[in-house]
Amino acid sequence: MSESALSSRTRARITAVTSGKGGVGKTFVSANLAAALARRGERVLVLDADLGLANLDVVLNLHPKITLHDVFTGKHRLEDAIVPVAGGFSVLLAGSGMVEYSRLTPEVRDQLLETIEAVTPRFDRVLLDTGAGISDVVLFTLSLAHDVLVVTTPEPTAMTDAYATIKVLAGSQARRDLLLAVNQTLKPGEGRAIRNQLQLVIDRFVNPGLDAPVKLEFVGELPADPAVREAVQKRQLLLEAYPGAPAAQAVLALAARVAL
Amino acid sequence: MPPVEPTAPQVAAAPAVLKLDAALSLLRQSGQEPPAGVAGSSAWMQGLIDALCELSSRDALTGLANRRHFEMVLAREIDRVARAGEPALLLVLDIDHFKRVNDSHGHAAGDLVLKAVSEALLECVRPMDTVARIGGEEFAIVLPNCPPAFGPTVAERVRTRVERRPVTIGLSQQISVTVSLGGAFAPQWVRSSVRLWLERSDLQLYNAKTSGRNRAVFEPAAVSLVTAEEKGLLFGHTPIDDDGESGEPRDANA
Repeated sequence: MSESALSSRTRARITAVTSGKGGVGKTFVSANLAAALARRGERVLVLDADLGLANLDVVLNLHPKITLHDVFTGKHRLEDAIVPVAGGFSVLLAGSGMVEYSRLTPEVRDQLLETIEAVTPRFDRVLLDTGAGISDVVLFTLSLAHDVLVVTTPEPTAMTDAYATIKVLAGSQARRDLLLAVNQTLKPGEGRAIRNQLQLVIDRFVNPGLDAPVKLEFVGELPADPAVREAVQKRQLLLEAYPGAPAAQAVLALAARVAL
Repeated sequence: MPPVEPTAPQVAAAPAVLKLDAALSLLRQSGQEPPAGVAGSSAWMQGLIDALCELSSRDALTGLANRRHFEMVLAREIDRVARAGEPALLLVLDIDHFKRVNDSHGHAAGDLVLKAVSEALLECVRPMDTVARIGGEEFAIVLPNCPPAFGPTVAERVRTRVERRPVTIGLSQQISVTVSLGGAFAPQWVRSSVRLWLERSDLQLYNAKTSGRNRAVFEPAAVSLVTAEEKGLLFGHTPIDDDGESGEPRDANA
């Protein structure tokens, strides 16, 4: 999409990043994808939609004074909770008090909706970093997104949970197109093979009987790379700390595929 | 070690403004040794603080973890489960008809029962588990890294251990009590809260009570979303050919 089309966009495209299983690098992908998209000229906001478990602050080494929790409780305005970060994008952190919101009550629902409504006119892209699992909060968050990016690893448990997530989204939200990224791959082509294997099971067990088939779009693999661990330990973005690392290049390629 | 006088004159690091008499007599009263080292030295002060911390995390009657410590352990476990996804179980239990014990045998007998039940609980768990007294006759056991299949086994062990352990009250009178148990596993990968987890276990305890007492009831396990057949195909060793999908960029405007 051209620069002019970008600026004429009036509401952000909402992309949810989810995984089923925890610990697959969901937040890492969200943060670095945000930085890569920002480099492409998108105005990006990452919303820590993992209401119970804020890790974005850890990954980005942030100590925000004002969080979504303060907005929900009426202590601060939304604008004050949106923090620009070093990667050239903005974040909206949940805050630890959000544990109380880990159950989807009508109030949480309304406040999440209101928040997303309020931020979409100001950005080109809102990345929702969702919680792990398929709790009702996660499902609700995913229902608000235009695209869902499922992150998995070659680990069987991660693949199983990714499949479960896809199945639930196909069933309860009638989602037919999903994006898949495979993190921590050990050999080139492993990501696409995993996508194909998942698609095979979906075709056999999920798609029969659906009005339209569920299709997994492979958007990239991020190779297992020691630079990732080092960047995480330094609490920096991989793109900033080790821009030349193979995983950093893979993040840029991923961004190119999901870019507006 | 000779007992250190609470008002030891050699108090050096602890300035005279610190009034430690109450702390030291609290330790003595609870049967603990006074801290080792030179009174007033920083090692001694640290020992005193540690002993007070220990004291404030214990239930005075049974020596089990008290409610405050229990909630701390539970919160820590929630953190671990959310991040590592290990299964963890919270059992809450309540002595059946405890009021009858108090009413017919007196409160001293009630205290003996509470102590006996506490000992029985401690005999049933691993060193890493936390047994707490969280209310009058209500107890809780936090079991980290407890596979779902083991939950009912542990609960049953606790139940029978208590049932088969007569408590001697007075000179030779023996009474026995039973317990009802409720169990709920922490939701894996999800940050729950102390309140929610306790609520879920309490609900199962309530179910155990209303369905006849002296039994353990667990929250029904979530149905697995992925069948064995699906897993079989997902991890089948069939070589998969690329389905020919090209690497062309997705049309975001579609």
